[in-house]
Amino acid sequence: MTTSIQPNDVLAKAEALRNNLSTGFRDEIVKSMYSEAESIAHRAVKTASDKKYDFDQKIDRLVTSPITGLPIMLLLLAALIWLTVEGANVASDAIATVLFTLGDWGRTLFEYIHAPWWITGFVWDGIYRGLAWVISVMLPPMAIFFPAFTFLEDLGYLPRVAFNLDWMFKKAGAHGKQSLTMAMGFGCNAAGVVATRVIDSPRERLIAILTNNFVPCNGRFPTLIMLATVFVAAGFGGFTSSIIAAATVVGVVLIGVGFTFVMSWILSRTVLKGEASAFTLELPPYRRPNVSRILYTSLIDRTIFVLWRAMQTAAPAGAIIWILANVPVGTSNLAAVIAGWLNPFGVLLGLDGVILLSYIIAIPANEIVVPTMMMMYMGAGMMVDGPSTNEAIRSLLIGGHGWTMLTAINLMLFALLHNPCGTTIITIYKETKSLKWATLSVVITLGTAFLVTFLTATIARLLGWA
Amino acid sequence: MTNTKIDLPTEHCETCPAFYQLEQMGIKVGDFDRVIALAGNPNTGKSTLFNTLTGLKQHTGNWPGKTVTRAEGGYQFNNVKYKLVDLPGTYSLLSASQDEEVARDFILFGQPDCTIVVTDATALERNLNLAMQVMEITDHVVVAVNLMDEARRKGLEVDARSLSRDLGVPAIPITARSGEGVHTLLATVAEVIEGKVATKPIRVNGTPEFQKAVHELSAMIEQMSPGIPNARWLAIRLLDGDARVQQAITSGELNEIVARQQRADVQFSGKMSVEGRQ
Repeated sequence: MTTSIQPNDVLAKAEALRNNLSTGFRDEIVKSMYSEAESIAHRAVKTASDKKYDFDQKIDRLVTSPITGLPIMLLLLAALIWLTVEGANVASDAIATVLFTLGDWGRTLFEYIHAPWWITGFVWDGIYRGLAWVISVMLPPMAIFFPAFTFLEDLGYLPRVAFNLDWMFKKAGAHGKQSLTMAMGFGCNAAGVVATRVIDSPRERLIAILTNNFVPCNGRFPTLIMLATVFVAAGFGGFTSSIIAAATVVGVVLIGVGFTFVMSWILSRTVLKGEASAFTLELPPYRRPNVSRILYTSLIDRTIFVLWRAMQTAAPAGAIIWILANVPVGTSNLAAVIAGWLNPFGVLLGLDGVILLSYIIAIPANEIVVPTMMMMYMGAGMMVDGPSTNEAIRSLLIGGHGWTMLTAINLMLFALLHNPCGTTIITIYKETKSLKWATLSVVITLGTAFLVTFLTATIARLLGWA
Repeated sequence: MTNTKIDLPTEHCETCPAFYQLEQMGIKVGDFDRVIALAGNPNTGKSTLFNTLTGLKQHTGNWPGKTVTRAEGGYQFNNVKYKLVDLPGTYSLLSASQDEEVARDFILFGQPDCTIVVTDATALERNLNLAMQVMEITDHVVVAVNLMDEARRKGLEVDARSLSRDLGVPAIPITARSGEGVHTLLATVAEVIEGKVATKPIRVNGTPEFQKAVHELSAMIEQMSPGIPNARWLAIRLLDGDARVQQAITSGELNEIVARQQRADVQFSGKMSVEGRQ
């Protein structure tokens, strides 16, 4: 039997027919299949009145509706951050007071036993102060944010978030499950990168990996919260001030999510071309959160884990800063000299040399950027009392080091967009097994951070705001 | 391999209505008459059914070139030997994930004599999506509505007759854990293979312009490979730009399947039991 039609004819015909079809035909078919399944199941299954089931569905209609879904999500996020800001304020002050007092006692003790000045300085002004800063700045927000976040996770809300954001990721040419890995990124970007294993398509997985860093991780939240509280919201009194601070942080987070979409879109149209693939997302029933498990996972697994990692890097970083600040170069010291070199570039970005130097020292862990910066500003070894209140931080930075609102805003943007921390970079390398993608993840984020801060600084200066 | 009888099933199986006809063959699947694919969403008790049918011994390995586990086992029912292939649990067959590709490729290119789609009676709506996608590929489908015990506990009543009518393929309520309905399921599978139960799966048509395109293309595919069993599905996949199907067409894999299909069917007397039909 001879066939006149060859395989290539069929493929060519399919191509031609496909181009004539309206673009949404795939979705049309899937949709009609799903609605058919729904009506068949509806006819075949008789439900005895099951109140809980109905109640779940009612909630789901509300939290996954195209109209109310996103606003509810934003409100929840804002409430979460406000709780963190409001609660962390009080606790941070208290912890800082206690720790710095302890530091003073230790210093006095060392002086009393006539330890050499450089040992006293290295231990108490270097290592100890680094640790004290990290603990007082990071512990309170984590101890509030993590349990609250874990609560939502345990409740079964996160898959609903994925559902709400799916269409946006699809528009950006990325996988809907990226919303889940993005949510993980709020906890820790390295964890978010590992979580991208749930995405099957290698192309979409790479997009998720490369853009994960655009959501602030727990290590960067304290930086954002501090800047929002101390600078943006400082002019307002009491309650209003914490609302403004929370709103600012939410705004920054939204900018980060926005960059995730924009960068996914750019990637899926350039180096990682392709269509978004469809997937089925199961919305599990809501469960009553298990309080003891929430406290365990959020406090032991996450808070203590992250804090311990921060302390491990903060101690050597504190030591390095102390050394830099105490190696004399002419009349100045090494830290000041390096910061001076970096300063012109920093100023171009609306930041300054000290901030950039802090970021370089803090590459192993973003958590310690602010403490590093504060220690360098204070010049370790010269100031014994750490500024333990927001007021003191404010006057130190604005009065002593020429900070403006532009500096604070650009620092927040920089903290949001800059390169992943060392752990995340290593994780990206391990997950992709490619030096190229690990490097690209740094180039993309750092490039974005430089570009954005440069633009805001230039625009603000042109308009005469700074 | 000779078909020596293995020891009778354990006491656990004596409660199972299929006890007298069903014989678990474990990994002795070298010599079989029929191939059955087992598809289903994750967490529907697919593996429980697999174990109930084949016993605890299974042949496991990976699907060629994939990191997806493949499990096979055998059972004998009314003197016909069946090989059961456990497909990975998936929610759909549409995306490019490895699991879905493996499941889809097997149903399409592996040409099982019948595919059992295991569904969860308590979440039928979601589960039917996969069943309908399987039914797009092949006519020989039996839907097993599993977890009936859980459904009853939740106060759900599943009308299998309405389901069968709407789907156009038999739907059999079972509880794989206790063996309830398994006998009927196997009898129905046998009947579907024998052609004693005619299946006419429901299929979604899409927009008129799409139907027209499918029609044109499937006519062309049938002309290219006469006797091809699912030209319509292939046409839909080609319109969707499915690389795997494109490759199958250019490599001639399809023609091979057609040739196999046209070979005389394996001869054996089909004295299928209809006992115990509910």
